[in-house]
Amino acid sequence: MPVDLATTYLGLQLRSPLVASSSPLCKDIGNILRLEDAGASAVVLHSLFEEQIQLESGELDRFLSENAESYSEASSYFPELGSYNLGPEPYLEHLRKARESVDVPVIGSLNGISNGGWIRYAQMMEQAGADALELNIYFLPTDLELTSQKIEDAYFDLVSHIKASIRIPVSVKLGPFFTALGHFATRLDSAGADGLVLFNRFYQPDFDIESLEVAPNLVLSDSDELRLRLHWVALLYNRIRPDLAITGGVHTAEDVVKGVMAGARCTMMTSALLRHGIPYLEKIEEDLIDWMEEHEYESISQMRGSMSAQSVAEPAAFERANYMKVLSSYTLKPASR
Amino acid sequence: MPRTFVTIDGNEAAAYVAHKTNEVIAIYPITPSSPMGEWSDQWSSEGKPNIWGTVPSVVEMQSEGGAAGAVHGSLQAGALTTTFTSSQGLLLMIPNMYKIAGELTPTVFHVAARSLAAHALSIFGDHQDVMACRATGWAMLASNSIQEVMDMALIAQAATLEARVPIIHFFDGFRTSHEVAKLEQLTVEDMKAMLPDELIRAHRERAMNPERPVLRGTAQNPDVYFQAREAVNKYYLAAPAIVQKAMDRFAAIVGRRYHLFDYVGAPDAERVVILMGSGAEAAQEAVEYLVARGEKVGLLKVRLFRPFSVEHFLSALPASVRSLAVLDRTKEPGSAGEPLYQDVLTALMEAQVSGRLPFASMPRVIGGRYGLSSKEFTPAMVKAVLDELAKAQPKNHFTVGIADDVTNSSLDYDPDFSTEDDATIRCLFYGLGADGTVGANKNSVKIIGEETENWAQGYFVYDSKKSGSITISHLRFGPRPIRSSYLISRANFIACHQWSFLERVDMLRWAVPGGTFLLNSPYGPDQVWDHLPRTVQQEIIDRKLKFYVIDAYSVARETGMGTRINTIMQTCFFAISGVLPRDEAIKQIKKAIVKTYGRRGEAVVQKNFAAVDRTLERLHEVQVPGRITSEKDLRPPVPAAAPEFVRNVLGKIIEGNGDALPVSAFPVDGTFPTATAMWEKRNIALEIPVWDEKLCIQCGKCVLVCPHATIRAKIYDPRRLEKAPPTFKHAPARWKDFKDLAYTLQVAPEDCTGCSLCVEACPVKDKAQPKRRAINMEPQAPLRESEAANWDFFFQLPEFDRNKLNQTQVKDLQVLQPLFEFSGACSGCGETPYLKLLTQLFGNRALIANATGCSSIYGGNLPTTPYTVNPEGRGPAWNNSLFEDNAEFGLGMRLAIDQQARYAADLLQKLAPQIGENLVSALLNAGQDTEPGIFEQRARVAELKKKIEELMPEANGSSLLYRDLLAVADALVRKSVWIVGGDGWAYDIDYGGLDHVLASGRDVNVLVLDTEVYSNTGGQCSKATPRAAVAKFAAGGKPAAKKDLALMAVNYGNVYVARVAMGSSDMQTVKAFLEAEKWKGPSLIIAYSHCIAHGYDLRYGLEQQKLAVQTGHWPLFRYNPALAAEGKNPFQLDSKAPSLPLEKYIYNETRYTMLVHSKPEDARRLLAEAQADVMNRWRIYEQMAAMPGAPVEATQGGN
Repeated sequence: MPVDLATTYLGLQLRSPLVASSSPLCKDIGNILRLEDAGASAVVLHSLFEEQIQLESGELDRFLSENAESYSEASSYFPELGSYNLGPEPYLEHLRKARESVDVPVIGSLNGISNGGWIRYAQMMEQAGADALELNIYFLPTDLELTSQKIEDAYFDLVSHIKASIRIPVSVKLGPFFTALGHFATRLDSAGADGLVLFNRFYQPDFDIESLEVAPNLVLSDSDELRLRLHWVALLYNRIRPDLAITGGVHTAEDVVKGVMAGARCTMMTSALLRHGIPYLEKIEEDLIDWMEEHEYESISQMRGSMSAQSVAEPAAFERANYMKVLSSYTLKPASR
Repeated sequence: MPRTFVTIDGNEAAAYVAHKTNEVIAIYPITPSSPMGEWSDQWSSEGKPNIWGTVPSVVEMQSEGGAAGAVHGSLQAGALTTTFTSSQGLLLMIPNMYKIAGELTPTVFHVAARSLAAHALSIFGDHQDVMACRATGWAMLASNSIQEVMDMALIAQAATLEARVPIIHFFDGFRTSHEVAKLEQLTVEDMKAMLPDELIRAHRERAMNPERPVLRGTAQNPDVYFQAREAVNKYYLAAPAIVQKAMDRFAAIVGRRYHLFDYVGAPDAERVVILMGSGAEAAQEAVEYLVARGEKVGLLKVRLFRPFSVEHFLSALPASVRSLAVLDRTKEPGSAGEPLYQDVLTALMEAQVSGRLPFASMPRVIGGRYGLSSKEFTPAMVKAVLDELAKAQPKNHFTVGIADDVTNSSLDYDPDFSTEDDATIRCLFYGLGADGTVGANKNSVKIIGEETENWAQGYFVYDSKKSGSITISHLRFGPRPIRSSYLISRANFIACHQWSFLERVDMLRWAVPGGTFLLNSPYGPDQVWDHLPRTVQQEIIDRKLKFYVIDAYSVARETGMGTRINTIMQTCFFAISGVLPRDEAIKQIKKAIVKTYGRRGEAVVQKNFAAVDRTLERLHEVQVPGRITSEKDLRPPVPAAAPEFVRNVLGKIIEGNGDALPVSAFPVDGTFPTATAMWEKRNIALEIPVWDEKLCIQCGKCVLVCPHATIRAKIYDPRRLEKAPPTFKHAPARWKDFKDLAYTLQVAPEDCTGCSLCVEACPVKDKAQPKRRAINMEPQAPLRESEAANWDFFFQLPEFDRNKLNQTQVKDLQVLQPLFEFSGACSGCGETPYLKLLTQLFGNRALIANATGCSSIYGGNLPTTPYTVNPEGRGPAWNNSLFEDNAEFGLGMRLAIDQQARYAADLLQKLAPQIGENLVSALLNAGQDTEPGIFEQRARVAELKKKIEELMPEANGSSLLYRDLLAVADALVRKSVWIVGGDGWAYDIDYGGLDHVLASGRDVNVLVLDTEVYSNTGGQCSKATPRAAVAKFAAGGKPAAKKDLALMAVNYGNVYVARVAMGSSDMQTVKAFLEAEKWKGPSLIIAYSHCIAHGYDLRYGLEQQKLAVQTGHWPLFRYNPALAAEGKNPFQLDSKAPSLPLEKYIYNETRYTMLVHSKPEDARRLLAEAQADVMNRWRIYEQMAAMPGAPVEATQGGN
């Protein structure tokens, strides 16, 4: 009897836990079709960034206006084009096309900067046919006056408002940097979040020490990054209502197995696909089936949460005791002389 | 469909009808007609159809000559075809115009009439261009107002189809082409009713068609040409009546009635003024005013100037006429009189001779000139003309509007005479180019014109600078139609949008008593008074002005508007003026914001809304104290130390009083001194670079890239520092050979434009704080006085001995005096650093032929000009001929110099025994390949001149030869001829000429400042525009690749060719200039020039240049034929293979990204094609660079 890969996420029926996470890959309809063909059970689109819309709009306005109407021979330096598609419309159109093109659920992703923007764009995505919405709260609290309480309150309010504004399920993609992530997860639960996606990978700039400049640098994830996610999913599993999803560090079938065992309803991938190409997803699925068959698992649901804090024999392994154990087992190599 | 009222300018009014009533439009950009072509192109790109339902084809040609040719062909093939042009552009069309008329082809050319380049170029309005077409056989129909432009455009179209005589429909450049006014817009039904199908069919049936072939364009001989030429006569005889018939049909359809000649004034007028164009509107104001006061005066507006209908002319005038004054807006030196005057005289004389004179006696007729180059023409001047007619011996061939104190042609007029309607509100707004004032005022005129019952008019005046320019908006609105085709000199409302203008411009002199003054002020209502100049305080008190302030910049900052204060000041204007209720005004302003900025995104709209909403709470009325408290006053326009001509003439122009200068103030032949820009301290930078002498490594890169030559370096004897001002900075010179000398990097604080290119070029970073460089931008105001004193001290430090420097090194170049400084170019200009370099290297012996365009405007537009002289008084001799002839113009200079050098050599040989064989031999065999060699030759020439002066008194029979030798001796010193222009010149309009000059083998150097677009006229596509870039006439992204002009020149084999980008490799740029100049044949340097028309912050211009090279868009190379003589490969590739994808470069620029936003699929396709262009070209270059040298001798120029 074939293994059953089916799972549910945000109330959506997924044929497997293999989901394409939000990334530039999904900007192209062709890629979305290829992802579906390769076995992705759902697609999270790249994020609509409200800030980017504002920035592009502001830049265009600045450079079209800056030198206009200031010199007698040239009242402008550019032709006025009919439309610049600078609002959310291109994204929504893409979402519509994606929705029409594939059978798997299409999840919109949104990064807003204003309350009005978050809600307006969430509603637009719902109207454009998104099956669910992922709130990509990509926010670095660089303001030294901003307290953690204020930040958490703002997140809570945001999720509550959005939940009140739309009917499709809403997940929240979080970063790992919360003082009390567990408690915060329960607050998002009470705000109505249908899912939590753990964790966002923040942009980490590098330094160019020759030019003394901060250098933008995109580094793809690897399987080592999975552990932080496993840890928190395993801790939260079955203790809060929202579905849990893992993103970041899922590169192999074994990573998928670990994620599901920790308690994730689905595991999301980008780096592995960027590194190996979209067809790599098929291999992961094949490997997953092989592994499950080899280990005589019947279904994903059977596996889900099996290694969560609630299910394992030694839940302390997820807590401080584990830290001490690891440290004490670590021995320095003798220094060579 | 009912007609609606719209508020548009004359260009749009003409283009609206032209686009609706034609099928093909061939154009070429030229000020002030360019917007007509741009509107047409935009409408066609938006798919807007003509009245027959097809979208007209709009094609940009390489010149107006090309446009006329294309129009001619299209007409011959049966399409309804038109074009738009002005000035020299119309002159280039003349050959085809003869053909078009000779073949009786119906068409209308819409002309924004403009001055011709004679003693000087002028972009402004008069009738010189259309009058130059009088002999072509075209009809000429004048429009006097914006409404008439729309109406006559249609009347002309209808009349030409029936008459088969082509028509120039003209209106005054700027005054009418650019005035925004409320008018009733014609409908498609109006146009259809005016253009009968059978006439259009007839035009098509006359077309060339192989189905019914005919032949036109025969060559005819003496036996028949004459008769055949006369065969057209009946069409010209019939044409006036046909035009009148079209006018009558128009009146029946639309209601507005026109005649070939329209008379206004007293039915029993004795004195009548005759003219055409916008001046007739001012004249009507004057005449109606005078008639209302009982004067027997009148005005005859000439609408159809050609064919001149004597019959209609005579019948239009009252029989009571005793004297006529004919005013021409043109000048024909040496003629018996200007064109309209001559035609009127001819008509009267013919009438008298034939006994048809409708007057009691032959009227006295005088003629005069007015309004050249948009010179103001006011009712006061009209009154002066009418008053002159009343004199017993009125002045003939007069001028009015100027003071001619040389030939005393001018009439005096009373500047206080005014016919302004009290019910019309008159407003003046002084803005900075970049603050959006004009755009907001155009919206205000539209709001008032379209949302109220008022009539409205807007006219906008700009200064001639491309950076920090002052704009003056003239707005009138009121319950009655506005005919005032002149600037406002009695303003009810004056707004100053920039605090700094107060010390430069006496704007309140235009305020009426009890008027209103609105000031954008950093000081609040309680503090502002004491900060005003005395003159401003005095005027506010004397004229009892209501005074309001707002800190618009703080509102703009708080609402994300940056420095755009336009909607803020606009809101204040509406709130104060009360033209609309406040709530309604704000609603309309927001509506205009959505219309203007809506396409650019919601965020832009919202921040403008926020600015409007935050404005009124910050607008305050100032309680005027009633006494003068200020100790400062307006600054003099130029320092007292300036030369007399600068003080007395240029200074007047700077302070805005150029109109008051009399004829005697000016040179008779357009010759002006150089070295004048240094006196015009514009103070436009908010921040200036400040030198950190401890960090600086004295590399000179900042000096090299400074577009305005405002950051300079000198090395000098440190003992001179004894007299230095206290804050003058210096450091030991970091030169191995000059380490005992001092070094200073100094900024001219009042000339800097604050572009920051220098800071970006600085390679040094403070190790503890990398954000700090060896130069850093700091606020100008606190540094102004001290740095100005430092600059003065720096400037008088001696120039370093050029012969001690290595001119191939950027580090040494910084010390060479630039002979091009403080131009009016855009802040951050990418062209001017190359020009500056040219003058540093060769300026002391350069002749520059400069094509019309940006470089001729910032290079030669009054009041002051940037070319200057070295301490010996030497510097570039500069001239601008035209746009379309510059290569040939420069070649002519070379020919003259060579010819004179040959003559000098001949004379030297003849006179060698007297002069001395040694000196003659040295002069004739001088090595002048290096600068020291040239300096030595200069010394020899000086010695020669001295010798000739000694010999001349005793020369007797040889004195003529000596005098000739003295006159041409300077030609013995090698001159450097530079032909300079932009890509529109080199790639398009004068490509044929350039090609010929390159093929001539002569020793000329061509510098193409390639901005990849027609920058000066507003960003039209040229053949240098790259594929995928958006430009005017390439709104969908240019579909074709950029022409490889450099490679085409390489094909000649004997042309030195270099493609350079200073931001990528300054060393390569310098080498190219030196090699080009050294090569004694033709040289071509194509220089990448970043430009405001690319759409990004130009402080990153150098970075973009690097990316242009790294992506392979702009590969650097030098093709040096001299190497071929050495058996080497002359083609040297100076940049590496493309290492970045093209998008990393192009998508930093709005010209490319706007297509990504607008048409993403097209953008992707064009990007792929452009990337392929890059790779294909690179493969060719790589192969060329890899070829071994061939044993071929270089051709060393000459004949």
